[in-house]
Formats: sequence, structure tokens, C-alpha cells
Amino acid sequence: MAVATSSSQVLNNVEAVRATLYEALKADDKVVILGEDVGNRGNVFLITKDFVKEFGTERIIDTPIAEASIVGIAVGMAMEGLRPIAEIQFADFIYPAFNQIVGEAAKTRYRSNGEYTVPMVIRTPYGGGVRGALSHSVSVEALFYHVPGLKIVVPSFPADVKGLLNAAIDDPDPVLFLEHKKTYRLIKGEVPDGHYVIPIGKANVKKEGSQLTVVSYGLYVHWALEAANQLEGDGMSVEVIDLRSVRPMDKTAILESVRKTRKLLIIHEDNKFGGIGAEISAMVAEEALFDLDAPIRRLAAPDVPAMGYAMPLEEAYMSSPAKMAEAMRDMVKF
Amino acid sequence: MATTITMPQLGETVTEGTVERWIKKAGDPVEKYEAFLEVSTDKVNSEVPSPVTGTIRELLVQEGTTVATGTPIAVIDEVGAATSPTQVQVPSKSAESASAPPKSRDAMAESANAEPVPGFNIPQLEVKSAAASSGAPAKVPPHSNGQREEAALRGVSPAVRRLAREHHVDVRNVRGSGANGRVTADDVLAAAKLTPRGTAKAGPGNTSTYADPIPGTTIALSSMRRIIAERMVESRKTAPHAWSMVEVDVTNVWEWRKREKDRFERDTGVKLTLLPFFIRAVVESLAVFPLMNSKFIADGPAIHVEKDMNIGIAIGLPANLVVPVIKHADKLSIKGIALAAGDLIDRARRNKLSADDLKEGTFTVNNTGANGSLASAPIINAGQAGIVTMETVVKRPMVMDDDAIAIRYMMNSCLSLDHRVVDGYVASGFLADLKKRLESMGPRGAL
Repeated sequence: MAVATSSSQVLNNVEAVRATLYEALKADDKVVILGEDVGNRGNVFLITKDFVKEFGTERIIDTPIAEASIVGIAVGMAMEGLRPIAEIQFADFIYPAFNQIVGEAAKTRYRSNGEYTVPMVIRTPYGGGVRGALSHSVSVEALFYHVPGLKIVVPSFPADVKGLLNAAIDDPDPVLFLEHKKTYRLIKGEVPDGHYVIPIGKANVKKEGSQLTVVSYGLYVHWALEAANQLEGDGMSVEVIDLRSVRPMDKTAILESVRKTRKLLIIHEDNKFGGIGAEISAMVAEEALFDLDAPIRRLAAPDVPAMGYAMPLEEAYMSSPAKMAEAMRDMVKF
Repeated sequence: MATTITMPQLGETVTEGTVERWIKKAGDPVEKYEAFLEVSTDKVNSEVPSPVTGTIRELLVQEGTTVATGTPIAVIDEVGAATSPTQVQVPSKSAESASAPPKSRDAMAESANAEPVPGFNIPQLEVKSAAASSGAPAKVPPHSNGQREEAALRGVSPAVRRLAREHHVDVRNVRGSGANGRVTADDVLAAAKLTPRGTAKAGPGNTSTYADPIPGTTIALSSMRRIIAERMVESRKTAPHAWSMVEVDVTNVWEWRKREKDRFERDTGVKLTLLPFFIRAVVESLAVFPLMNSKFIADGPAIHVEKDMNIGIAIGLPANLVVPVIKHADKLSIKGIALAAGDLIDRARRNKLSADDLKEGTFTVNNTGANGSLASAPIINAGQAGIVTMETVVKRPMVMDDDAIAIRYMMNSCLSLDHRVVDGYVASGFLADLKKRLESMGPRGAL
């Protein structure tokens, strides 16, 4: 269990986001936050509670319900030298801002031949398993990871939240920062004090193993670790990699692990077709086919339009430590 | 409780079988219905499922040995037997039931119950359906369909292939520790340690496999390859081969196929190739020239004219050649032929043909054009009067009846014939008829 020390404290993921934003606002007055209910309401998860009292309405900006404007305004701010952190209240509402993210934020550096960059962060809570039904459950990473010029970060642990959010704020280019809302208060961990950065694009081997490589990110990293630890008791050795960034992707870490274990299972909450797992599979097939001792397997959500509200539908959509353990066992034994 | 396993009868006319490979070794656990040995006969290679769950106590017959059906070949120590059969002959249906793995053990149990085989005592089934077991956990852990299918493939993985090549290990000699006896990468590495490096290097005394030949080594023939060699020599020596070829304008049938192929594949899951059109024309021509569908009986001597038209299709595989048969092809539509051929080709590639699939052919079609061949001189399948090929389809400028030049899809068709049965007169008549039929097919019609 995480223990607070003189140089660290135990935080959950929502507290880690809040602490990091607060420190960024204190350290650099170019940092501004804008989004729906980020000011007086203090964000729906209370991440920015009371920020407006300390930093004022010019830096903590309540916006109308207009996602295209939130991102569009942030792009303009970033081009002119500010460090905006735009919030999309739920990832499910990001679609109106698609053009501002894909067409503008991601392309401005290229379009202006490097004269302008867009150093902005778009933070948004995503993911299911919280009875959020079809408008508060989606995973949006695969919709954006096709786009060059955009970085996509999906931290799972409080210490990673802080290090990667700092990296995202420092980054000269736009970063989509996805926070799994089921982990918000569920996951607690030690977070070092002070400013530190975890480089974007570096995966983290959370558990070493020799018989199977499991690659995951977000909430499912925690479940995959639970399943892998359970299998450890049965004498099976599974390596679990927390991707942390889905773009850029840490190919080296994945290939190194697959070359060792010779088997690859990719687990994600997003649906399977054209998902992150498809890219990882293709990459490994291209680079390491002759190291594979079993077909690559993906454990992912079914191709249905949305996660249902009814409990059985949500359970059918979501994976679980038990489902993951079964897939891992099959692959180890193959 | 010990159960003695005897050599199964793989086909009604088969009297003996060769133990091609023991998938399980003495001491290995084996589950009921799990493949535990590979048997080859002169017709087919087939995996044989275990009739009981238990542990292999003893293998009584060495790999490569041929014994009569009914001969004891192994002893399995049975686990939790409800009945006490002392001798179990693996059912002859085994090839088929192994070829299409049921979706679940329940389905398997149903099919086993629905088709009891004489002499095969089915013990109390160990796995009940969830409903029948009233919530009690099944004794055997459930497996996903995906795993079952993957296990059924039992393929040599890319890593195993590479490691076996690097370490000069013959995968067939490696004991598999993976699912269903699959050889894993670790198995190859363990085997490589047992074979000191250097000793397995290429040399005239060393062996490699047919599918993976290593220069400077000798390949020990599998019984399948030995049979192929014997059959080819026999046919070439006894049947005086004559040869003829026609050039066929397949433009119309090509267009027809093009029009139908997407919908056909969507509806049936089977690719629509030129083969079923060709076979349909062949059976129609055989009806006009029944002598082409007959066989020479040397000890008569006599010529037996066949009643049925069973068309063999030659299928080349990495390690051998099989000629499964479309029975009563003359009774099938083009669609029927396409489905029958699609099924045979699919099962041939998965090594899941049964002995019955290879029996009773009366005439053979060989799609030599698949790899671009323009003409070929095939060897007749022994016991038949002829074999006809489909060569590659190419676009050529052709002079038409009205002296116009047109771009047409052209295909050669070659015929090898047993000159004891038919003369050039009949053979050329057959080829001319076949050409006429193919050229008048399409460009539209019902499949």
C-alpha cells in the first residue's frame, strides 16, 4: 500500500490532477483553465474547486456549453503564448470539437511551417464501468490516435497522472489527456512532492513475467495486474505493461517484452475494431513475427454503438479481472 | 482402470493403419476426445481422438509401424471410469468428428450420444451442460471457442519455425508441451540442448523434412509420400499415357463468374472460381463419351465403364498431394459443385479429410493453371482412363469468325489418357466437346 512520506503524499487520481493543476497555476501565470463549470462549480468532480477564488475569472474561465469554442479559443490562446488547459466535461461530448482538435490544434505547427505551435492540453474524463450509460462511458482514444501532430496520454496511477500532466503542460504541442473516471477515487497511490515530469511516450512495465506479455492502459491496467497476480499463484508468469501514452507509442518496450515472452495479449476497454490493439498487433506482426509463439490476441469491447445502462449490458461490455485471467491462462497454456 | 486402445478402422475397405506420429507419449495426461495419435492409411492421414480421459500408460506400437485394424496399440489408465470396458476400438467416425470441432463439450456430448458406434461404449459423460448440472461446476474447466480453434490448428508458430531452423531441430521429433500437444518455442529450445550444436549440421546422413528441406540432408519419406511415389510409378508403368490439348475461349464463362462471384462469396462463404464451371462441363462431356469415365481391368482383360461420375480434384499441399472426390458430380449444379469443392479444399488444407473423401474417383480434374502453367502433362490417377487440366487463363488477341481481332480470355486444357482404354478418336472428341460446352456457357445464367 502507498504510504505518505516526508517527500510524498498519498493521493487518489482526482486529487493528483487537482494538485498538479494547482502547482502549474502557481508556477506559471501563462497557465489558464477553461471549460464548462470549471469556475464557480469547481468542476463536476471538484478538481478545480475554489481555484477561481485564488486565480480569478481571467485564468479560470467558465465557458458556455460549446465544445468547439472551448478548444478553438484554447488553440488561439496557445498560438499567442498562453498555456491553456481546456477541459471537456466528459469525453462523450468531445465530438463538436473534432475539427478544432484534428483540423487546427494538430496541424498548426505544420501549416505555419513551425512559426506557430499549439502548447495546449485538453483534459477529459473518459471510460465506463460507472453506470454512465451511453453519454458518460465512451473511450475516445482510437478516434484521435490516427492523427499525426496530436499526443494522447492515458495515465492509470496517481504518480503518473502528475508526471504526465506536467509533461503535457510543458509540451510545445497539443496533448489529449484522458483520465479514466472509474479510477478517479478508486485508485490511490504515493505521489512525490514538487515538480517532476514523466516523458510522454514511455510505457511502464508494472509487473515482470516470462510467459506472456499483456499490454493495456487506463482502468484495465489495474484489472490486468489483479489477474496476473492471481495467475502468479498458479505458477504462471505474466508481464504487464502500462502503455501510459497511446501516441506516441512505446514500441521499444512492447517489442522488448514480446521478444522475451513470445506471446502478446492486448486488453482495452475501447471496442476492438480499429482500436489501439489493432495498431499494436500490426506493429508487432511487422517487427517481431518470428518471435511469436502464439497468435496475437485482443481482449476488447464488442462492436456495439454504446455501453448499455442496464447492469447486465454494462457487464457484458466491460471486461473483468476474471475474463482477463481466463484469456491469460489460455495464452500461457497455448 | 486400464483401457487398451486398438488400431481404428479408417474407412470401410481399410484393413491396416500406420502409426504416423504419437501426439501423446507415455506418462502424458489425455482428455477424452483429445487427439493423441496420428494414423495414416493408404488413403488418408487422420488424427485419432482418445475415447477416455486418463494417462497414457504404454505405447505398444512404434511410430512408422503398420498394424492390422483391431491390433492393440496403446494402454490408457482411465480416470474416474463409470463403466469398465477392457478394450475400446476408436470409432471409425473419428476422422469426421475430429475434423469439425464442435462448439462446446455439450455439443460434442450430443453428437456422441446421437451416433452411438457399435463396439464403442460411451462412458458416463463427464461434462454436463450448465442447466443439467444445476449450478454444479463442470469437472473440466471450460475453454473458449477461440482457444479450441487455435488448438485445433496446432500450427507450427513463426517462433517455433525460426528456432527449429536456427537450431537444426526437426519439430516432428519434439515432444509438445502446449495445448493439445502443440510444440512450443521452449520445447524446441529444450530439444536443441539435447542435440549438441554441430552434430545436427547438414550432412548426407542427416534428415530434414519435406516441408522444410535443408540442403545437404536426406528426407525420410512419410508413408503418405511413399504411397504417392508408388502410385505414380505404377500408373506411369502400367497405363500407356497419350496426351492432347485444346485451346478454349472462356471469355463468356469468365464474365459470368465475374458477375456472380461477389454475391456468391457473400451468400455461401465460398470463393467462386472457374473450377466448378469446368467440372460441370467435364461431366456433361463424360456423359457423351462414357469411355472416358471407365477403367482398364488388367486381369480380365476388360474395360469397366463406370456408372457414377465421381470427379477427383487434385490439391497440392506443402508436404503432399491429395485428390479428394466430388461424388456424383453429374447430379450437382455449378453451385453444388462449387460448395462441394470448396469444402474439400478447405478440409484438405487443414489436414482434415476423411478416408471416404478420397474414395471412388472415376475421373480427375487438375487445376494446374492456378500457378500460371500454360500446359502440363499430368499422370493419370491409377484406375482411371484420364485426367484433364485447367491451365492459366490469359488475355490474347484472337481472330474471330468475322476476321475481326478481339481480346479474349483464353485457357488451355490438357488431357492425359490411358491408351489401353481410349484412342485419339474418342479423346479428341471428348476434348472438342468440352471446349464447345465451355465456350457456350454464360455470360449469364443460373448457377
